[in-house]
Amino acid sequence: MNGPHDLGGQHGLGPIAPEKDEPYFHAEWEKRALGITLSCGAFGAWTLDESRHARESLPPPIYLSASYYEIWVRALETLLKRHGFITQAELDTGHMLEKGREPKRVLKAEMVAGVLATGGPCDRPVDRPPRFAVGQTVRTKNFNPKTHTRLPRYARAKVGVVEAVQGSFVFPDDNAHGKGENPQWLYTVVFDAGEIWGEGADPTLTVSIDAWESYLERV
Amino acid sequence: MSEHHHGDGHGHHHDNHFTDMEARVKALETVLTEKGLIDPEAIDAIVETYETKVGPRNGARVVAKAWSDPEFADWLKRDATAAIASLGFAGRQGEHMRAVFNTPDTHNLVVCTLCSCYPWAVLGLPPVWYKAPPYRSRAVIDPRGVLAEFGLELSAEKKIRVWDSTAELRYLVVPERPEGTEGFSEDALAELVTRDSMIGTGLALSPEAAR
Repeated sequence: MNGPHDLGGQHGLGPIAPEKDEPYFHAEWEKRALGITLSCGAFGAWTLDESRHARESLPPPIYLSASYYEIWVRALETLLKRHGFITQAELDTGHMLEKGREPKRVLKAEMVAGVLATGGPCDRPVDRPPRFAVGQTVRTKNFNPKTHTRLPRYARAKVGVVEAVQGSFVFPDDNAHGKGENPQWLYTVVFDAGEIWGEGADPTLTVSIDAWESYLERV
Repeated sequence: MSEHHHGDGHGHHHDNHFTDMEARVKALETVLTEKGLIDPEAIDAIVETYETKVGPRNGARVVAKAWSDPEFADWLKRDATAAIASLGFAGRQGEHMRAVFNTPDTHNLVVCTLCSCYPWAVLGLPPVWYKAPPYRSRAVIDPRGVLAEFGLELSAEKKIRVWDSTAELRYLVVPERPEGTEGFSEDALAELVTRDSMIGTGLALSPEAAR
C-alpha cells in the first residue's frame, strides 16, 4: 500500500536529532510495549508481515506523529481485536469482560530465552531455479497495490543490477494477507542514485533494495 | 513521568502524550494478564534481555574479530549468519545476517525506509532516530546530509552505498579498522567500535578519541 510508512525520499520531516547516550527506553510504558508485543507475537496467530501491515495501515497523521512503540501498541490492539483475543470494550474499561480466543501458545518467562534465541527464520525452499542471475540488468515493476508490499515507491519502475541472489524467502505481499507463504527467490538489486532521483542526484551514491522475484522484470 | 491526570481525565489533560500512552499500555497489559494471554514475568525477561544481554557490544565483538582474524572476516563476508552465530549471537532479528565492509573507496549506510528493520542480534534495540521519519526518508536520497547531522563528513570522492532493508536480511556494517591499532587485542579493538559505526552513521573511534 502507498501508506505513511513508505518514507524513502520524502522531504520536510525535520532533523534526525541523534541523542547522545540514548537510553534503551524513554519511559516505563515502552518496556511494557516491547514485551507485550513480543509476547503476543508468540501466540502464532498472525505473521510478522501481517503485523507490519497493521502498522502501516494506521492513519497517516497518527503514524507520522507517533513514536515507534506507540505505532506497535496501536497496531497490536488492532491485531488482538481482529483475531478475537480481546474487544474494544475491554480496552475501554481496562479489564477482561468476556472469554476470548485461546492462543496456541502463551509465552512464559522460562520460554523467553529460547524463543528470542531461535527467532523466526523466513527462508523457505523453492522448487525452481532463480530467474535472474548476478550481474543481470532488471527493471522493478510499476504497481500500486492497496495491500502490503515491500517494494518501496521510490524503487518502482527503476532499472538496476542484480548484485546477489540471496536465497528464497516467504513472500510478504501474500503472507501479510493470509494467502500463504508462497516463497520466492530474493535478490539484492542496486541502483544508481541518478536512476532513482534523476536531476541533481548524488553521483557517488548507489542504493540497494532486497527484491522478491515477482517485483522484477527482464530488461 | 511527573505529570498525572486529575478529575475525569477526559479533555483537559491530554498535553502529555506519554501519560496517555502509559494509561493505554497499562489497560492493554491488564486485560491481557487477566485473560491469561501474557505472563508479566515474561515481559520482564524480554526487557532484561535487551537491557543487559543483547546490544551493540555483541556487534563490536564481531567487528573486532573480523579486524583481527582474516579467516573470520572472510567467513563473515561469505556467511555472516553462521560466522556471527559462532560467537554466540543469533536469534530474533538476526536470523539472516549480511555483513558489509567499508573500504577506502566506499562507505556503507543501513536504513529501513519501510519500517524499523534492524539487526537486533548484534546491535540490540534500534535507537529512536533509526525508526523515525527523518532518518528513514532522507538516508536514501541525501545520505551526505544525514551523515553531516551525525558529525560525519566524508570526502567528496568517497562512494556511498545505502542498503535499504526491505526484506528479512539484516545488515551489519563493518567499519574500517582505525589507524594506530596494530597489535591491539580483540577486547581493545572492540572498545573502538561504536553502534553508529555498525549502522554507517559513524566511523570506528581512533585510539585517541576512545581515551
